[in-house]
Amino acid sequence: MAKLTIQDLKKIKENASKDISLRQNKGKIKVTVHMGTCGIAAGAREVMSTLMDEIAEADRQDIRVVTSGCMGMCSSEPNVTVETEGTEPIVYQKVNANVMRQVFRRHILLGEVQSDFALAKM
Amino acid sequence: MSKVRTELMVCGGTGCHATGSIALIRALEEEIARQGLAGEVKVVETGCNGFCAVGPVMLVQPEGIFYQKIKVEDVPELVEEHFLKGRPVKRLFFKESISKEIIPNMDEIPFFAHQELRVMRNKGIIDPEIIDDYIARDGYFGTAKALTEMTPQQIIEEMKKSGLRGRGGAGFPTGMKWDFASKSRSDVKYVLCNADEGDPGAFMDRSILEADPHAVLEGMIIAARAINATKGYIYARTEYPLAIHRLEKAIEQAKDYGFLGEDILGSGFSFDIEIYQGAGAFVCGEETALMRSIEGKRGMPRPRPPFPAHKGLWEKPTILNNVETFANVAQIMLKGGDWYASIGTETSKGTKVFAISGDVNNIGLVEVPMGTPLRTLIYDVGGGIPDKKKFKAVQLGGPSGGCIPEEYLDTKVDYEEIAKVGAIMGSGGVIVMDESTCMVDMARFFMDFIQDESCGKCTPCREGTKRILELLEKICDGRGEAEDIDILEELSATIKEASLCGLGQTAPNPVLSTLRYFRHEYEAHIYDKKCPAKRCAALLKFEVNPDKCKKCGLCFKACPTDAITWKKKEVAVIDKEKCVQCLTCFSKCKFDAID
Ligand SMILES: Cc1cc2nc3c(=O)[nH]c(=O)nc-3n(C[C@H](O)[C@H](O)[C@H](O)COP(=O)(O)O)c2cc1C
Repeated sequence: MAKLTIQDLKKIKENASKDISLRQNKGKIKVTVHMGTCGIAAGAREVMSTLMDEIAEADRQDIRVVTSGCMGMCSSEPNVTVETEGTEPIVYQKVNANVMRQVFRRHILLGEVQSDFALAKM
Repeated sequence: MSKVRTELMVCGGTGCHATGSIALIRALEEEIARQGLAGEVKVVETGCNGFCAVGPVMLVQPEGIFYQKIKVEDVPELVEEHFLKGRPVKRLFFKESISKEIIPNMDEIPFFAHQELRVMRNKGIIDPEIIDDYIARDGYFGTAKALTEMTPQQIIEEMKKSGLRGRGGAGFPTGMKWDFASKSRSDVKYVLCNADEGDPGAFMDRSILEADPHAVLEGMIIAARAINATKGYIYARTEYPLAIHRLEKAIEQAKDYGFLGEDILGSGFSFDIEIYQGAGAFVCGEETALMRSIEGKRGMPRPRPPFPAHKGLWEKPTILNNVETFANVAQIMLKGGDWYASIGTETSKGTKVFAISGDVNNIGLVEVPMGTPLRTLIYDVGGGIPDKKKFKAVQLGGPSGGCIPEEYLDTKVDYEEIAKVGAIMGSGGVIVMDESTCMVDMARFFMDFIQDESCGKCTPCREGTKRILELLEKICDGRGEAEDIDILEELSATIKEASLCGLGQTAPNPVLSTLRYFRHEYEAHIYDKKCPAKRCAALLKFEVNPDKCKKCGLCFKACPTDAITWKKKEVAVIDKEKCVQCLTCFSKCKFDAID
C-alpha cells in the first residue's frame, strides 16, 4: 500500500480508537438491558438489537451497554436502565423497539428523560 | 460501524495457550454464534495478561470482570448467564489464595492493583497482530515525533534525561550507549535487539514480544535514527515460536504502512529490520557472542575493547539493547524524558518487568515502579508463599545473580540497592524459594546450568565452573570436607576475576551469595552430614520418626513405588528396598516426621 503520512496515521488512530473504545472504559453513559429469562421472554433481545443499531448509527463510542439479570419487576419487563455520569439512573419499563428508539434519541442523545415510560427514579 | 457491546479479551500468551486458551477461544466463538450473540459479543485474543498462574484468563470489557481457569465446559454457562443475561459466573472469579476473598474486578485484584504499566500498557487491550489496535493506543506517534520533529541529538538527550538503563541485566544507561554509537563514523551501522532471554525462570521479553511487538520495533527505529543506522536485527531464540510469529507479522505490517523501509513517514530516513533465530545458547545473550552468531559464526564472546559502539556486527558500529529497553523508548519520545524519570529512585528510573516464579502463589509477569520493596513484590503482587510454608530466600538475576534472605526483604528494586545485598537486578527473573529449598542444592542447580552453557573459550570459566560443580555435588552427596568451603571461595574469586565475559565473571554469584547468607547449611552438610532442608537424598535416612508421625497416611498415599506401609492409627514405615528416594513423602508430610 501507499506510504503513510502523519495525517494518515492520525486518521487511522481516530478510526481504530473507536474499535477499541470498549476496552478503555471511557463510557460516560451506561445503558443496562435487563435480560433475565423473563426479560428475554418479554422481548429484551429485540430491544437490545434496536439499541445496538441506534448506537452504531449515531457512531458514539462513549455509551456502554451491559446486560444484567431480572430486577424483580417481571410484570414491567423489558426494563432498560439509563445512567448518565452525574445524574440519577432512570429505569424504563415495558420497553419495545419503538420505545427504545425514542429513549435513545431523546434521552441518551439529547438528555431529555422520557417520563412517560420511566418506572421510577431509583 | 461497530455494534459490539461486550469484548472478551482472552489471553493468548504462551502460558495461557498451554493451559487451553486456543480451544477456549474457538468454543466461545461457537457458543456466541449459537446463542445468537455474534456481532454483539466479540472475542479478542490478546498478548500475555501476566497472570499465568490462573490461566487461561479472560477480561470482560467494558465491565472489567476477570475470569480465571476457564474450561471449555464452562463456556455455554458463561455465554448464557453472563453475556446474554448479565449474571456473571461467580465460581470463575479470582479467589485470593490466603484471605479467600473473591474479587470480580481485575483492577481490584492485588496482583494487578500494585502494578504500574508502561512497558506492558497495551497488554490485554490490543490484539498484538492488528497494527491499527496499536496505533489506536498512540502507536507509531513516538516514531513520527522522533523522525519528523527531533534531531538525532535531541533523541539522545531525551533518552539521557529519562534515566533509562539497560533492562538486559547490566543496567548501562541507554542514552549514553546511543551517544557513543552516534559519534562513531561509518556509512553502515546496526541496531540489534537482544531477545535471547536465556536465564532459567525468565519470560519477560517473550511476553513483551507476544503482547506488543510493535513497541519493540518502534524502539529500534528510533534508536536507528539516533545513531543513523540503516539495518536492524532482532536476535530471538527459536524456542519462542509465538513471539517470532508475532514479530514477523508486526514487521510485515510495519513495512506495509511504511514505518520500515525507505523514507519512513516522509522523513527521508530509511531502516529495515530482520529476525535472526538463535539456537538457544545462554552465552549468545552476551553481546559480542550474539554478534558473532548473527555473522554465522560460532557464538563465542571476544574481549572488549573494542566496544560494539565502535566495532560491533561485521566490525561496524552497533548498538545492542534488550527487548524491554526498546519497548520503553517510543513513550519516552512522546511523553518526554522527565515524564519517564518521574517515578523510581535516585539512580533507577521508571518501571521494571519481573517474571515471578517458584514457591509463590501468583506466578506471572508483573511491572512495578523502581523502588518497590521486594516484600511488596513477593507478598502483595506475588500473593505470598503457598501451603503455609515459610519464605526462605529469593533469587534475583538467575544464574548470574544472588539470593536475598528474609532479613533484606525491605530492599527496594533499584540497581545499586540490590547489588549491595549481594544480588543483581538482572533481567527480571524472580525465583521465590520456601523453607524446603536446600541452598547448597540451589547453588548446585545454577552451577550445573552455567558449566553446561560455558562456551569453553576461556579456561577460568570452562574449568573453574566444572570444578565448582564437582565440589557442590560432593557436598550434597555427603562427601564434603572441611577445606571445601575455602576452595569454593578461592575458585570463585579467580573465576570472577579472570573470565573473559560476563558469563564467567558472574558465574560464582549463586555460590557466593548462598555462602554469605546460608553458610551454616554448607557446614551442616560438611560437618554434620545433614541437609537441614531435607532435599539432599544422600544425607537422609528415609525413616519415619514415630514421635513426630501423626499417622495420617499422606505419605503412604503419595508414594509412587508402594514402599510405605501404613494402617489407620499406626506409624508409617518405609521399606528401603523398594524406596527410590524420590522425596515425595518428604514434601507430602505436614509434620516434618520423615528423616
Ligand atoms: C552470559 C550472558 C547472557 C546474557 N543474556 C542476555 C539476554 O538474554 N538478554 C539480554 O537482553 N541481555 C543479555 N545479556 C546482556 C547483554 O550482553 C547486553 O548487556 C544487553 O543485551 C544490552 O542491552 P541493554 O543495555 O538494553 O540491557 C547477557 C550477558 C551475558 C554475559
